[in-house]
Amino acid sequence: MEMNRPRYSLAIMIISLTVFSFLIENMANDYILAIVCFTGINIVLAVSLNLTNGFTGLFSLGHPAFMAVGGYITALLTFPAEKKPLFLPDFPQWLDSFHLPFFPALLVGGCGAAFVAFLVGISVLRLKGHYLAVATMGFIIIIQVLLNNADTITRGPLGLNGLEDFTNTYWVSGWVIVTVYICWKIKFSSLGRSMLAVREDEMAANALGVNLFSTRSFALIVGAFFAGIAGGLWGHLITALTPGSFSLLMSFNIIVMVVVGGTGSITGSVLAAIIFTLTIECFRPLEENFGIYGVGEIVMALFLVLVLIFKPSGIFGTEEPDFVMGKHKP
Amino acid sequence: MLTVENIDVHRGKTHVLHQIDLHVGHGEIIALIGANGAGKTTTLKTISGLLRPTKGKILYTPEAGKAPIDISTMAPEQIVGAGISQCPEGRGVFAQLSVKENLLVGAYLRSDKEIEKDIQSVYEMFPILGERSTQAAGKLSGGQQMMLALGRSLMSQPKLLILDEPSLGLAPLIIETIFAMLQKINSQGVTILIVEQNAVMALDLSHRAYVLETGRVALSGLSSDLASNPQIQKSYLGVE
Repeated sequence: MEMNRPRYSLAIMIISLTVFSFLIENMANDYILAIVCFTGINIVLAVSLNLTNGFTGLFSLGHPAFMAVGGYITALLTFPAEKKPLFLPDFPQWLDSFHLPFFPALLVGGCGAAFVAFLVGISVLRLKGHYLAVATMGFIIIIQVLLNNADTITRGPLGLNGLEDFTNTYWVSGWVIVTVYICWKIKFSSLGRSMLAVREDEMAANALGVNLFSTRSFALIVGAFFAGIAGGLWGHLITALTPGSFSLLMSFNIIVMVVVGGTGSITGSVLAAIIFTLTIECFRPLEENFGIYGVGEIVMALFLVLVLIFKPSGIFGTEEPDFVMGKHKP
Repeated sequence: MLTVENIDVHRGKTHVLHQIDLHVGHGEIIALIGANGAGKTTTLKTISGLLRPTKGKILYTPEAGKAPIDISTMAPEQIVGAGISQCPEGRGVFAQLSVKENLLVGAYLRSDKEIEKDIQSVYEMFPILGERSTQAAGKLSGGQQMMLALGRSLMSQPKLLILDEPSLGLAPLIIETIFAMLQKINSQGVTILIVEQNAVMALDLSHRAYVLETGRVALSGLSSDLASNPQIQKSYLGVE
């Protein structure tokens, strides 16, 4: 019985998310819908970054760059043909023939991001710790420069706007479920254990037959895939993509969610993503009415400092809490 | 079983090992002793593929009578797959993983149905690990962590078990337990190559031994002979 607890938790999550999406899609106004979607996208981002940074201990700052790759690919594949002459007059002819519905376009975007991660990983994963962080930060800058200058395809700093608003709570909930399920399955498999082993002691892991490079690449690639998906969802939620959106600040925000939730804890990432998105959103009326901008960020930063002082390993550490797992731990 | 032929190893620009020759026969316990910096750990890491020799060969014969394979160019995971398992220096348990998860990582390259049975036999060997199987490995005492590291390296079902300083920082009583267990593991057919600072215990346990000095094999022979060698007694055994 106890062993099935995670399965029940998953079933409860799926059912409640479906009901919740249905209710909110029919009852709430656009503002609330947008917040719900942002929360969901942040969950996808935080959980997938947790796979890279949390499980495997790769301090990657590159998540927004993978988001950008996925977002732009998805946007270009779904861009309405009739708008193309107006928005993208110099768009290469041969690319015109590629047009896909939203879901396959998202998948292609995710795979594109994963492929970029594979290429980047070959060189960057030779580095560790701070060096890896700096190298992935450089990768964000490279992507931004590329997006700014490839203006026949991306419209440069103007950004791609006028995208269709495909993203709704159903899509977002669906991807939240897929991301959480896959990351959960990975965590409690032999592969997931080897990822944690690489994080804890790479020499010992290597001596036991774990291939360090392929384990690290896998973590980066899967993380990047979901970042690409999140990028696609994000673009079609706010119906615009600009190179400036995918900045270091965004990377910082996602990392804060992972650290506060607990590096390695999926439940922690989900909760932290919800808390942070809602906190920042709650302070928005205050900021606008009284003209004190940035209060949300300050509160978030304070919260981070407090967590780091009183619970340095995050809310749940590496564990999944009992209310999800049951008492029986593997 | 394992023949190291004339290997030279560099770590960065430092030439650490000079023409090391070692031979490990099937079923033997071989000890490598020597002072700090003599190259013991480097030798082990080279055998398990974590370092690459710049010259020389490492020939490994998994079963007597079979053709030897050169493992000096193989990746660590291939070497583990071939039946050589190393228990690293300083134990290297995965602190945040539970005891059982640590053992499962040890069986990373296996996918057979015997894994659970092997976990049980590690628990039989060290009952304390069975009692604490769901606890984080970081919460174990030093001696228990050593038992876990030893059990974990047995999970890949090695034919050759390599141990790097199993007695490091442990109480004498626990060292005795560990060494008694090594004796038992050896009697079940696992060949053992052990590096030790504690030369008295190492010579007592092993059949043959090699003495390393500044990256060269200074002496080798039967452990009982080495234990009575006046030079060894003076340098390593503290006998005046």
